[in-house]
Amino acid sequence: MTGDTQAFSVPLAVEGRGLVKAFGGFRAVNGVDIAVPTGAIYGILGPNGAGKTTLLRTLLGIVDPDAGWRALLGDPDPLRQARLVGYLPEERGLYPAMKAYDAIAFMGALRGLPLKEGRERARAMLEAHGMGASIDKPVRQLSKGMAQTVQLFGTIVHQPRLIVLDEPFSGLDAINQEKLEALIREQARAGVTVLFSTHVIAHAERLCERIAIVAGGRIRFEGSVSDARDRLRAQVRLRTRVADGPWRAALPADAVLAEDAWQFALPDEGIEPLLRALLDSDAGIENLSIERPGLHDAFVAIAGEAAARAMDQQDEEAIA
Amino acid sequence: MNDVIRAAFVIARRDFAAIVFSRTFIFFLLGPLFPILIGFAFGGLGDKMKTDSLRPAVAVTLPTEQAARMDWARERIAQRIGREQVPQLHRAPPGADPTGLLARRDAGYVAVLSGSLDRPILTGKQRDVALLEPDISLMAGLATAGDNLPHVPVTRRIIADSASAQGQAQLMVARVAQVTIFFLTVLLAGMVLSNMVEEKTNKVIEILAAAVPIDAVFLGKLMAMLAMSFIGIAFWGSMMFGSVLMIAGGDLPLPRPAVGWPIFLALAAIYFAMVYLLLGSLFLGIGAQAATVREVQTLNMPVSMGQIAVFFFATYAVDRMDSPAEIAACIFPFSSPFAMIARAAQDATLWPHLLAIVWQGLWVALIIRMGVRLFRRHVLKSGAAERRPLFRRRSA
Repeated sequence: MTGDTQAFSVPLAVEGRGLVKAFGGFRAVNGVDIAVPTGAIYGILGPNGAGKTTLLRTLLGIVDPDAGWRALLGDPDPLRQARLVGYLPEERGLYPAMKAYDAIAFMGALRGLPLKEGRERARAMLEAHGMGASIDKPVRQLSKGMAQTVQLFGTIVHQPRLIVLDEPFSGLDAINQEKLEALIREQARAGVTVLFSTHVIAHAERLCERIAIVAGGRIRFEGSVSDARDRLRAQVRLRTRVADGPWRAALPADAVLAEDAWQFALPDEGIEPLLRALLDSDAGIENLSIERPGLHDAFVAIAGEAAARAMDQQDEEAIA
Repeated sequence: MNDVIRAAFVIARRDFAAIVFSRTFIFFLLGPLFPILIGFAFGGLGDKMKTDSLRPAVAVTLPTEQAARMDWARERIAQRIGREQVPQLHRAPPGADPTGLLARRDAGYVAVLSGSLDRPILTGKQRDVALLEPDISLMAGLATAGDNLPHVPVTRRIIADSASAQGQAQLMVARVAQVTIFFLTVLLAGMVLSNMVEEKTNKVIEILAAAVPIDAVFLGKLMAMLAMSFIGIAFWGSMMFGSVLMIAGGDLPLPRPAVGWPIFLALAAIYFAMVYLLLGSLFLGIGAQAATVREVQTLNMPVSMGQIAVFFFATYAVDRMDSPAEIAACIFPFSSPFAMIARAAQDATLWPHLLAIVWQGLWVALIIRMGVRLFRRHVLKSGAAERRPLFRRRSA
């Protein structure tokens, strides 16, 4: 499934059509269409090796596609718009000898912000974030979390219109993850488009208005989180005191008994016919729940069990 | 283009500050002075060795009075042509057997002069005798003639200029300029090889590649390294100039290059910059492909050999002005700066220099472009592929 770029009434911040990028014989990006509306928080979801980083690099102009077309802020030459873009790569990198405020100003200067102004903004950002004591410290003396924060500030110091973050939550503790989520929301409120990749479904579920699920270099789904969840029917879970009775005939064909409870997808005609049969048969309803599937379930259904297992494993590794 | 230049300045400023304001820069400045100091120390020692032990010595078994006249003759000749130019004479017992004297291991001489001043006999190995015979003959002639040797006065006629002498002097200026630029390039350009490794190791390269064209990264790095090199050259140059002034006492009879000293020095700076940028852009392109410092070190030797080959080509053509070889050296981009500085020393025409500088500049741009293309194609890849080594083991 691909995004339909014609469906958006707002202009697109990022657009790609038929993008292909191969390394040797391996197609890391294999015919991707993507459309990120201006002002949206857009997540690219997929396990490591799915092609997320290569897709972002192709969209940003770091590498050129072998086939297909891309535009960043409406420009087919992404580097021409570099001043309006902020990018946080997956592999964090800073010059170890640079002072924290200088590293931020340098990243801003690369994107056209005068050094003096960059230094002033960097000092203000670090102060506001409770890192005032680290302003003049060389990067090599900062903790990993602090260095990541410095790099994040370097990504936004020039006040870009589009922020691209590759796995921004990896390596951050829970508190810093929350801070980053707040920062992303704050940027989006200010009208900035945020495009980020992640293998943590919870972040995408909490933050994103639209997502693309990537697996094997292809986009398997593109749309809103709600659309993704709607691809699966709600799941019903039923437990009764009386194990058998005429109400059993009202159960749908896909119902399975597991751990003393019946589980099945919500039938097209709704739950009412079954409910009536249960009441008429005096089955003794102990528990009846109808649960909308989460993004994780949608991801399993869309990307496959193997991809979901890979994501879960990466999650566990990140927590460890 | 403006964006490329602006971004190149941002990168150059970062690199320049990182190098010049580091503690290791002091060692960079002082480093080349150590060999010079050691050279002075060993040079003094060498001079002593040359004046003492390394000159051939001849044992003299002539009668005492004749031996004294030989010493007198040697002294007269040494005063005229320099002490190190004439063999030493050691007194031996008059009439001693030359073969017996030479049989002693600790004798300290290579030949024995016996017989008389009228009929001197020089005994020794064939090579030593052949080498010493003219000098001994001259000394014996003077010793025999004594003060009776006629003194022939030479009339001095001084002319203002000599094209031949000037040509030789300018050739010397050309050679010195070539060698100086070559040594400075060998000393400084090789450092560019490892320049991109820092960005790759720190993973800053992706931030740079996403923000600015790679051309700006290459250009900025070259600009920083060139600026740092000029600081070094200014420092070493002033140290050298100061030392020479101290030794020569302000009297420096420097031969004038054909274009005059101010233009020559300006051209020397420009041609150094051009050869630095030419080789630097090539080294940067090659070095950028290397994933580790070890790979860069492996590349160092073949790169240095290439530099030496280019230098030899340019020096071969230096005294063959307007020959096909000299013109080829001027055109071939890597030898062009060397050949053109030699031209500036020997030929006052200026327009070929303008042409050569534009030509060399075009090649710098071309090599940077090629390096950038290679870099984008082979280095900026996703994930593990990014760390692919330059040299891969062939599968069996």
